[in-house]
Amino acid sequence: MKIKTLSRSVDEYTRERSQDLQRVFHNFDPSLRPMEKAVEYQRALTAAKLEKIFARPFVGAMDGHRDGISCMAKNPNYLKGIFSASMDGDIRLWDISSRRTVCQFPGHQGAVRGLTASTDGNVLVSCGTDCTVRLWNVPRPTLEDSNISSENSIEPSATYVWKNAFWAVDHQFEGELFATAGAQLDIWNHNRSQPVQSFQWGTDSVISVRFNPGEPDILATSASDRSITIYDLRMSSAARKIIMMTKTNSIAWNPMEPMNLTAANEDGSCYSFDGRKLDEAKCVHKDHVSAVMDIDFSPTGREFVTGSYDRSVRIFPYNGGHSREIYHTKRMQRVFCVKYSCDATYVISGSDDTNLRLWKAKASEQLGVILPREQKKHEYNEAVKNRYKHLPEVKRIVRHRHLPKPIYKAMAIIRTVNDSKRRKEARRKAHSAPGTVVTKPLRKRKIIKEVE
Amino acid sequence: MEISSEDNNLMEKVLPPVEQESDVELETKVKKYLRGEGANLETLKDKKLKTQLASREKLYGKSAKAAAKIEKWLLPAEAGYLETEGLEKTWRVKQTDIANEVDILSSRNQYDIVLPDFGPYKLDFTASGRHMLAGGRKGHLALLDMMNMSLIKEIQVRETVRDVAFLHNEQFFAAAQKKYAYIYGRDGTELHCLKERGPVARLRFLKNHFLLASVNKSGQLHYQDVTHGGMVASIRTGKGRTDVMEVNPYNGVVALGHSGGTVTMWKPTSQAPLVQMQCHPGPVSSVAFHPNGHLMATSGKERKIKIWDLRKFEEVQTIHSFHAKTLSFSQKGLLAAGTGSFVQILGDSSGGSSHNYSRYMNHSMVKGYQIEKLMFRPYEDVIGIGHSMGWSSILIPGSGEPNFDSWVANPFETSKQRREKEVHSLLDKLPPETIMLDPSKIGAMRPSRRKEKPSRGEIEAEKEVAIEAAKSTELKNKTKGRNKPSKRTKKKKEMVENAKRTFPEQEHNTALKKRRIGEDAAAELPASLKRFARKN
Repeated sequence: MKIKTLSRSVDEYTRERSQDLQRVFHNFDPSLRPMEKAVEYQRALTAAKLEKIFARPFVGAMDGHRDGISCMAKNPNYLKGIFSASMDGDIRLWDISSRRTVCQFPGHQGAVRGLTASTDGNVLVSCGTDCTVRLWNVPRPTLEDSNISSENSIEPSATYVWKNAFWAVDHQFEGELFATAGAQLDIWNHNRSQPVQSFQWGTDSVISVRFNPGEPDILATSASDRSITIYDLRMSSAARKIIMMTKTNSIAWNPMEPMNLTAANEDGSCYSFDGRKLDEAKCVHKDHVSAVMDIDFSPTGREFVTGSYDRSVRIFPYNGGHSREIYHTKRMQRVFCVKYSCDATYVISGSDDTNLRLWKAKASEQLGVILPREQKKHEYNEAVKNRYKHLPEVKRIVRHRHLPKPIYKAMAIIRTVNDSKRRKEARRKAHSAPGTVVTKPLRKRKIIKEVE
Repeated sequence: MEISSEDNNLMEKVLPPVEQESDVELETKVKKYLRGEGANLETLKDKKLKTQLASREKLYGKSAKAAAKIEKWLLPAEAGYLETEGLEKTWRVKQTDIANEVDILSSRNQYDIVLPDFGPYKLDFTASGRHMLAGGRKGHLALLDMMNMSLIKEIQVRETVRDVAFLHNEQFFAAAQKKYAYIYGRDGTELHCLKERGPVARLRFLKNHFLLASVNKSGQLHYQDVTHGGMVASIRTGKGRTDVMEVNPYNGVVALGHSGGTVTMWKPTSQAPLVQMQCHPGPVSSVAFHPNGHLMATSGKERKIKIWDLRKFEEVQTIHSFHAKTLSFSQKGLLAAGTGSFVQILGDSSGGSSHNYSRYMNHSMVKGYQIEKLMFRPYEDVIGIGHSMGWSSILIPGSGEPNFDSWVANPFETSKQRREKEVHSLLDKLPPETIMLDPSKIGAMRPSRRKEKPSRGEIEAEKEVAIEAAKSTELKNKTKGRNKPSKRTKKKKEMVENAKRTFPEQEHNTALKKRRIGEDAAAELPASLKRFARKN
């Protein structure tokens, strides 16, 4: 006869000294946990509520400019700094952690339209409506400069004057060339005072330009004839061009999937394209009610931030049709430029009211150093909330955002307009011969044609 | 070359027999952790959603496999067992034999506490099995720490005590006294007097919902939330006085056993019972629930213990035994039945879906003791017996769960851990609406409500069946000249007419259809009017 009963010795199950950690034992058997789904649901509800309680996205404002901010540039080698330029020619380098100006770059006579940092971060290139391109040497930050009280002003290391006003500038990711957009697309080298190459297609001015992060010789531009053109520097002419219904204000390439680009359009939506197949948009991101002025991708490639003429900043998922988050303030007027910080934690918006505003990318995130147990708890809360976010109670809390009244009303109007259009279309289709009325899919609707 | 590669393939397919067995074992364990079937992704048309769900299902599979492996290799303790060799039978093994075989620590769990003055004792254990509450009929309440075998507090309330129950931990307990129920703190101070309930016969605590359920002498069921003290529900059962009440730990429904032999199940949000089952021809003596929530054991005065499957509400097994005054299931599925001074433990001899309870162990106490309550101690191979002369505890190998989870119930809790756990369980407190017969429905998709209309063929078939049934019913043979053939045929015709009457729509529909434009007529219409022709 063999008999064994459970007998637990206290030493095995408790700690030896008070300096030790308490011992924890796990048994994942589901029969020990009755009603686990209901408990999970309750935790999801609590997590959604806590997220809303801790959602304080606004970190601070950086003010110092005397006119509306027209463009910003970030330096991938120095996370703490951001360059910004205003409509009166004032260029500044800001230190984000202290939210103060490190140094100024005076010199431009008119509005500065484009700012970009070179590959190694030592040179800042700016261009403006005074038909000049200026190159500046960026001061290297040292440990002693951590508490900067003096604002240095720096002379430009080079000034190149050209024939027309410039609208945008962008630097190659791994190279020595930068491109400016004006009456035509010009490619410059740092040392030459004249453009190395020029591209033109049609007679309209090019309003934005962006180099591809993966392929150093490919760039995308948008022009005022409502087109998006992709150029290859190794060829003498443009590679591809599509014409849309409304003009594109800004373009951004996805840093993690460099063949995809997203265009911020004047009709309030952003269109994501595959650069190899431009005749159909991959995804249409619709939530803004007015023109989208600027767009920037997060370094993770999973999200992008947009700033719009309707005084709001929205964060979209890279493959989703609607925004995850909206940021707005009474004091923030038309947003002209946005940047996602290089560590994917902050979003910086520059607007018409002369301020740069710093926001958290995840509104309820706890900044600073988090203990691993806290981190695990945050991740668990996020996961359990995502599992039940389709149920009505949790969905209501997660979706809830306070919108400013003009945006709320504009969205309602847009909704009714779209509904009635859709209804009319459906009726027209039902009362005509099958096959005569063809509805174009939304992804293709706004693209007029593709030109080789 | 080819031959050798074939040999290699054969070698890979045929695994050594040891690994094969463990694969099968692992499969059953993995199934347990998967918690049901995977989703049917074939019906989805949305490709993005399909790929997302497919990757998630893969993750579930991986985590279930990892959990199964942990269960196999990493758990610290193994279950107890009692194995006999040759002609020995397990139910002939006495407690003295067990005491000789096991270690000293276990044999400390076998004892008899004799307190003859204070009446039959009722017992309750906390969820971790560390503390025990004993309440004697004549008013003796005692709170004990089972790990150290020490008495924490005992009080004499000088009133009849009919039942005792712990609240969420050992700091609070409730006692059903002569006129009202009272809540006491750990040091014996009376905290609350629950006057609304009246004279309470049974008290039970629903852990996840923080609800104190009780049934009183007039058969009313009360649910009270102990965190804010509000009465969540008072339900008049309408079935008269009963003192058989148990809580199903799997879904939180309360089962009452009535004197007519019915067992009814209740939830706080409805005034009518969820289920009513006729279990016994006479009064139900006691009810017990298996921790997995699928099995219920009931006993009646006709000396039968019946095991019910709660998913189909069918009887699985009937055990002809004595009149079991009290029943209790252990964590591992052993059933204890007690009457007089005799305790019988029944064990499930076949695993899987079919249940076959048979004698496992017996224990007879001293002749004069009348057993009042049996309760297995959680996470230990021990059963506590409350009887008329005090309480006892005996060893039952294989009844307790060997491995506890510190986040669920920790017998070695410090006071800091206890406080943290209290806060966490309060944050996870479930609202009373979540009590339902199938708790896994939360978060699931509601099946679409639209019932498809049965096709004409199906309706015809149903009609035929109904007519056949009506024709084949046997009429009662009436006596005293009332059994005339003409009357019989008339009655049969009436029954067939009634059966036909439940299918009236067919004729109505066919009549309507004749009035519509037929398909031939539609072909004659000019093209612009074609959209007005009805399509069949």
